Order: sequence, then structure tokens, then C-alpha cells
Amino acid sequence: MMAPLVRLFTFRVCLLICLPALSWAVVEGHKYPFDNEQDIARFQTLAEELRCPKCQNQNLADSNAPVASDMRDKVYELMQEGKSNQEVVDYMVARYGDFVRYRPPVRTNTFLLWFGPLMLFIIGALVLVVVRRSSSKRELTPLSAEEQQKLAALRDNTSEQAGK
Amino acid sequence: MKRVFLFIPLVAFAVLGWLFFSTIDRENKDVLPSPLVGQPFPPFEMSKLLSDETVSAAELQGKPLLVNVWATWCPTCKAEHTFLNMLAEEGIRIVGINYKDERDKALQWLSSYGNPYEFNVFDPEGKLGLELGVYGAPETFLVDSSGVIRAKHVGDLNAAVWQKLESTYQGMK
Repeated sequence: MMAPLVRLFTFRVCLLICLPALSWAVVEGHKYPFDNEQDIARFQTLAEELRCPKCQNQNLADSNAPVASDMRDKVYELMQEGKSNQEVVDYMVARYGDFVRYRPPVRTNTFLLWFGPLMLFIIGALVLVVVRRSSSKRELTPLSAEEQQKLAALRDNTSEQAGK
Repeated sequence: MKRVFLFIPLVAFAVLGWLFFSTIDRENKDVLPSPLVGQPFPPFEMSKLLSDETVSAAELQGKPLLVNVWATWCPTCKAEHTFLNMLAEEGIRIVGINYKDERDKALQWLSSYGNPYEFNVFDPEGKLGLELGVYGAPETFLVDSSGVIRAKHVGDLNAAVWQKLESTYQGMK
């Protein structure tokens, strides 16, 4: 009855002893052991910047799709082989296309993606400027001579009426 | 001049409407273009499904073929299986990749639904699948006789899809 508990306890003690020597990147319940913190950070960055091709709005770190898990394992494997971040990304792009990058390269077909928001902002700003200009112009237009006469006549009229 | 501005909402509506309408009929919105089209089939050394023989990419060469990625856990693969059987009967060469599957189940599948494949590559861990950029079975590659991938189709093969792919297939040497 006590044996499993004791075993669990020893297991935990072992874990505690081992911990400083070895760290894991934990993604979606999978553990990827690394011997230094930089590699853990690199692995996390790569898993966040690579997109799961099956579940289009998730990255490899978020997704539990089997293909995402395979790709994470491959990222880990390539890192163990000493590949740089760029090489890992290139490996995936060569097989899955630019789609797997959350930061796609600037090309003719990604131009809108990169500069669309900026273009919309500029258009919006232009519209704003034009609208404000035209409305302020309206306020500043001086009265024509004819209009001034009319205004004077109206004033006289009202003051006469008030005087009565 | 002012009146022109009044048309802005209408124009914006028309543009958005056109944008949405043009994408509404697009079949298979999830299909990604494969960078492997035009590239040689990735090299591999793997075991066959039916025997323990090793196969390599070299064995794909010689005659144009379809490379079909399938698995028993994939319902769409079952849907396209009859069509694959039909293509095989017409004399079209099909090689299968049994992707992330179990051998027993796969063998059971082939004996109950028929075997359209010249041979199957057994890829239980999805390694070859990863090399091919497979992200969901079924996927089918059109490979020419020199082992270059000419087209890729994601989703089931059926008469309508084949009508589009056939000209590519016939054009391959």
C-alpha cells in the first residue's frame, strides 16, 4: 500500500537533485530537455514563430495537432544537431512554404500583408486632413459685401424692434 | 466635390463585397501551396508496408505515378479509396505512403477495401510525411518518371479533382 507512495517520493527527490543539471522546455505537455537556458529560450521562440500548417491560427507552441508535435520534435532534433534558428526556419519553409512563418518575407504576394495596414493608415489620415481642411475653410470664408449688408440690415431691424 | 465623398461608403461596400464574394466559392480554403512542386522527391530509405524490404526514392522513377499519403485513422482516405482502386484498374501507377499509422490496421484496411498501390512505404512516425510537407491525410503528389514532383493535391481524390489533375498527369513523362 505504501510502496507506490514511497516510490513517488524517491522519484520526486531524484527530480529535485537532477533539476539544476537539466532543464526542460515544456510545450503542450511534451518535455524537451536542454542543458542550458539559452537553448530553452531559442526553442520557445522557434515554437512561437513557426505556425502549425494544419490549425492555421496557432503556432507550434500552442497546437496539439499531431503534425505540430512532429514539427516541434524536428525543431528539437535540428537544434540538437547544432542548427541555427535561421536554418531551422529554412528547413520548415522548404517543406511547408512561407505559410509556416508568422513573419513572412516581403515579396510581391506578401506586400499587402506587410504594407496594407500602413496604406490604410495613410488613406485614413489623408481623408481626415481633407475633411478638417474643408470644414475649417468654411468657417473662415469672409462674408461678401452683399452678405454684410444683409447682416447689417438684420441687425438694424432687430435693434429697432428691441427699442420699441 | 462634396457629393463625391458621399459615394465612399458605397465604394467601400462594393470592394468588401467583391472580396468576400470572390473567396466564398474557393474550394478547400485550407490548402497551402507546396514549395515542393517542381522539386525532386525527397530522398528516403524506408521499410515497405507489406514486407520488411527497404525502398528508396529511386524506386519511384521510371514511370509517372501518384504518391498517395493515407492512414486508417483518416475518414477522407476511406472516401477516396474506391476512386483510387478505379484509377489503379485503369492502369495508373499509385504508390502509397502509410502515414502515422499502425501496420496491422493498415494491412486489415488493404485486405478489406482493396489494394490500389504498387507498394506502400511504411511511415509510422511521419518522418517522410514531414519531408513532404504533409499536414493532413489524404494528400496526393503527382511525380514524373524522373522523380520530380509536378503537382500536389490536398484532400480526397474524386472524379471532379481528377478531371483537373489528369491533364498534368497525361503531360508528365
